[in-house]
Amino acid sequence: MERIPILQMGDFLLVTIQVDMHDRLAMTLQDDLTNRICQANARGVLIDISALEIVDSFIGRILGNIAKMAKVLDAQTVVVGMQPAVAITLVELGLSLEGIRTALNVEKGMNLLRTGFDPQSAPHLFPRG
Amino acid sequence: MIALRSETLSIQSSADVVLVRQAVRQLAIELGFSLVEQTKIVTAASELARNTLDYGKGGTVQLEGLQEERRKGLRLTFIDQGPGIPDIELALKDGYTTGNGLGMGLSGAKRLVSEFKIDSTVGLGTCITATKWK
Repeated sequence: MERIPILQMGDFLLVTIQVDMHDRLAMTLQDDLTNRICQANARGVLIDISALEIVDSFIGRILGNIAKMAKVLDAQTVVVGMQPAVAITLVELGLSLEGIRTALNVEKGMNLLRTGFDPQSAPHLFPRG
Repeated sequence: MIALRSETLSIQSSADVVLVRQAVRQLAIELGFSLVEQTKIVTAASELARNTLDYGKGGTVQLEGLQEERRKGLRLTFIDQGPGIPDIELALKDGYTTGNGLGMGLSGAKRLVSEFKIDSTVGLGTCITATKWK
């Protein structure tokens, strides 16, 4: 069966979606990721959607579900790399991806996961004043 | 209004929804739509194709490239012989769903295109027309 690969890097799981996902594939990813969080004892999940040309309400729901399930399992989720055209369309579609933490790119997303989303623990990343 | 080109695709599985997205993207590129406009029409097509599959029990979509005076457009006509939509106004409300989605499909797709029309007869089926002008 077709699957989206999940990579492990220390405490984190990394997923890069590089195909135009049909709905069943997205459901499979949701199940696989939830299982892998438990198996790998993961603290965080990073999902790179830079290759996704659209995010519709179904994919939006799957991303939201993944973030919620991960949270229940004590893992953080960050979605990175959304294309500007996708962001514009999502807002017009009426989806705000509530509850999903996003970052511009993989590097910023990894930093968020490493600091547990806490700006205090990494002051150099969030310069003030 | 002149139809520049037309094709019809079948929607019977979630893999077909992906094919519809790709065909709509291709046509939008041919018609010279900007990247943001392409993304909007492809996203609307994805929502409507899934609707045809999930609620209409499958059907077809006709893709047409249109030329009206100096403007170009892309028209999508989704047809199914499913149970039909008893209350179209309610179906178009944000957050309303009879399935397990977010209830943003129809209302969201309507916002992403220039013209949007639903004809539905309970027991006979549904025809949804969505047009995006450049």
